[in-house]
Amino acid sequence: MPAPLLQLTGIVKEFPGVRALDGVDLVVRAGEVHCLLGQNGAGKSTLIKVLAGAYQPDEGEIVMDGEHAHFADPQAALAAGIATIYQELDLVDGLSVADNIFLGHERSRFGFSRVSDSNRAARELLVSLGHPEIRPSRETGSLSAAGKQIVSMARALSRQAQVIVMDEPSAVLDPDEVGGLFRVIEDLRASGKAIVYISHRLEEIRRIGDRLTVLKDGRTVAADLPARETPTSELIALMTGREVSAEYPRRTTPLPDAEPLLVVDGLGRTDEFEDVSFSVRPGEIVGLAGLVGAGRSEIVETVYGARRADRGTVTVDGRTLRRGSVDAAVAAGLGLCPEERKSQGLVLDEAVYRNISLASLPRFSRFGATRDSAERSAAHEASRTVDVRPDDPDRVVRTLSGGNQQKVVLARWLLRSCRVLLLDEPTRGVDVGARSEIYTLIRTLADEGLAVVVVSSDIDEVLGLSDRVLVVADGRVVHSGPSAEIDAHNVLDRILASNESSHESEGDAA
Amino acid sequence: MTGDTQTTEAAPAKRAGSMGVARNLGLVVALVILCGVGLITAGDRFASTNNIITVLSLASAIGVVAIGMTFVITGGGIDLSVGAIVALASVWASTTGTQAMAESVGWIVIVTTAIGVGIACGVINGLLIAYGKIVPFIATLAMLASARGLAEIIADRKTQIIRDQGFRDALGARPFGVPVIVYIFAIVVIVGWFLLNRTTFGRRTFAVGGNPEAARLAGIKVQRHTVYLYALLGATCGLAAVMLMSRTQTGSSTHGLMWELDAIAAVVIGGTLLSGGRGTVIGTLLGVLIFTTLTNVFTLNNLSTSVQAVAKGVIIVVAVLLQQRLANRSST
Ligand SMILES: Nc1ncnc2c1ncn2[C@@H]1O[C@H](COP(=O)(O)OP(=O)(O)OP(=O)(O)O)[C@@H](O)[C@H]1O
Ligand SMILES: [Mg+2]
Repeated sequence: MPAPLLQLTGIVKEFPGVRALDGVDLVVRAGEVHCLLGQNGAGKSTLIKVLAGAYQPDEGEIVMDGEHAHFADPQAALAAGIATIYQELDLVDGLSVADNIFLGHERSRFGFSRVSDSNRAARELLVSLGHPEIRPSRETGSLSAAGKQIVSMARALSRQAQVIVMDEPSAVLDPDEVGGLFRVIEDLRASGKAIVYISHRLEEIRRIGDRLTVLKDGRTVAADLPARETPTSELIALMTGREVSAEYPRRTTPLPDAEPLLVVDGLGRTDEFEDVSFSVRPGEIVGLAGLVGAGRSEIVETVYGARRADRGTVTVDGRTLRRGSVDAAVAAGLGLCPEERKSQGLVLDEAVYRNISLASLPRFSRFGATRDSAERSAAHEASRTVDVRPDDPDRVVRTLSGGNQQKVVLARWLLRSCRVLLLDEPTRGVDVGARSEIYTLIRTLADEGLAVVVVSSDIDEVLGLSDRVLVVADGRVVHSGPSAEIDAHNVLDRILASNESSHESEGDAA
Repeated sequence: MTGDTQTTEAAPAKRAGSMGVARNLGLVVALVILCGVGLITAGDRFASTNNIITVLSLASAIGVVAIGMTFVITGGGIDLSVGAIVALASVWASTTGTQAMAESVGWIVIVTTAIGVGIACGVINGLLIAYGKIVPFIATLAMLASARGLAEIIADRKTQIIRDQGFRDALGARPFGVPVIVYIFAIVVIVGWFLLNRTTFGRRTFAVGGNPEAARLAGIKVQRHTVYLYALLGATCGLAAVMLMSRTQTGSSTHGLMWELDAIAAVVIGGTLLSGGRGTVIGTLLGVLIFTTLTNVFTLNNLSTSVQAVAKGVIIVVAVLLQQRLANRSST
């Protein structure tokens, strides 16, 4: 076994009121993909920020290449050869793609930027990542979340680092793009680089990981386990300290024979999606499967009125909603838990309970004055059901871990008593334990008579959770039917088939 | 291409900076309309070479400050103390002591004193904001009060006449009939444009203003950069003081009154985002020209300054509304 490239021992990091890291050990060798596993709030992101020089550890030591290292700021860590892809996308929206990639180590001569030079270098990096279609001169803010993730990756590669740390890079990518990411990681491994990889998806860790370290409550509970052979049950037990069922909560009672609550008919938006029709009965869960960018988020946002439909109608309980009006949708009992939590969902500097109650304020106010205690306790209960950690409703949302922030947004919509709930990627970035609790919760809500629409890029999740599934590709519904009658392979086949046929027709037109 | 195309190019393709063109177009239209009004109401008095040179020299000093302000606002800050810094720099550079020294060493002493005082004030602002963690609004408000106060103490509330002949000759010259200060303004605009759009410093300014945390993680020394930005603005204030001294032949603690508002207004109607991360030097130039032309047209028509003030307010609102429309249209 090669000598360790990087060795962290006894790392401690305290924030006011929390010991985020409480003695973590981590050993990374050259030429390996080292996975970090742990529940939401276990301290993974904090650990890699210590490694990246973004945080200063209170105790512990870092040894790199056999020498003691001290990273006073991110610059120092980058100079030592550690590049990081952070969990929160960390790009500057107003700059071009190339500028973002080379930010902090610009291609310049005497301080003058060499635009064509950096555009060319950026293009090479993007091509090597399999994304030649992202133009280096494009404004970064106009890219989708997946596009931004690719730019973050290109930036880390541009540093020519020895160690590349990736904090949940696959969270916003679809299976296809994850494949591309893994090819890049394999090349890096083959060239002797070390990769630290964080993900909540165990199947990814099986595919790409060599060894893994498990964190729990800021401590290393297992180190250097073989990533492929260690049984799932053992990993989950190490992470959570308990048993978690890997089963999806199936429907237990037959679907009541009621009129559909939500009817979407012929919905379309130019250049986004076309002719989408489906209906959801009370108690039913309908899933939208498809790749990132297929138009699923656009569909649910249009149903909710956040985007204005060009064609078609949305009907709730027999009443047709005004197009492009969120107010009408909310009044009719619709709720949407959006995909982009950070930008669309959270007031980062407010307390957890206030973020949760934000959408239900009228319920907690009398003559315009809020009743703080009622608001607080109801919100607290909602945060418990999704298992926000730490269990402290007064904590500022910004100081929560990534996965726990997601849960806060979810809790908000659970607290609001809606009749139709639209959930866009409800478990993105959420750990295995909490995920199964969220599944159970969604099923319980449906059993209470809600109509639920779930969007997820995880095909197994859509199929496992929903009663009926719509497969969306390229803005069109290419299949619809009971989830029990289709499996993940079938779904992918249908998506691919539709892509091919649409490409053929494009070819005809050209 | 593969199916990936849709995933990353979901939004319509947009080049970085293309929005700026639409913005500037609106401003150019506004400027043209304003000139039309000038032509109709004041005719040749407006269109004469002399009047145009007057407008340009009036625009020069405040324009230089506005270019500096563009950098600070793009970098996520604000500076309310620019007018006071101009006053302090002009008073300091025109004291008898400085003028006596200039007599033996040369007018350059006056110029370096003014710019030096400006930079010093800017550095103090920057240090308080970046390392003292005082919000820019408050830190520069404090500087506004104290710099103006210090200027009054130094000047003893008297206007100081500049007698140094070298200074008057050098900065009062009119090559090709155009005052030196107009050339200075032109150079500052060009250098400013290059600095913001073509250098590493400019890129980092956008990053620091747009997403300071991302900038820090990318290895940029955000605090140091912030100090540089305020120092740069301080330097332009010093330079503006020199230009003002050459135009008025005086140093006074009442120079630059309300310039902070004029400069910020010009920057904002130019299209620089008040929240940082986006900025345009050309827009600021247009903004300054619009305001000065407006004043000129009003003066030629003998309208009171109060009416001017009202019109200015209306223009700010209309310009910003117009820009938002244009920006929305070009981004969807
Ligand atoms: N800036 C901060 N201030 C206070 N507490 C913080 C801060 N950042 C993180 N924490 C706390 O430290 C703990 C570890 O958080 P961290 O972000 O490292 O978790 P994580 O393992 O990355 O989780 P996830 O899987 O959800 O991303 C959490 O309890 C979190 O609330
Ligand atoms: Mg994390």
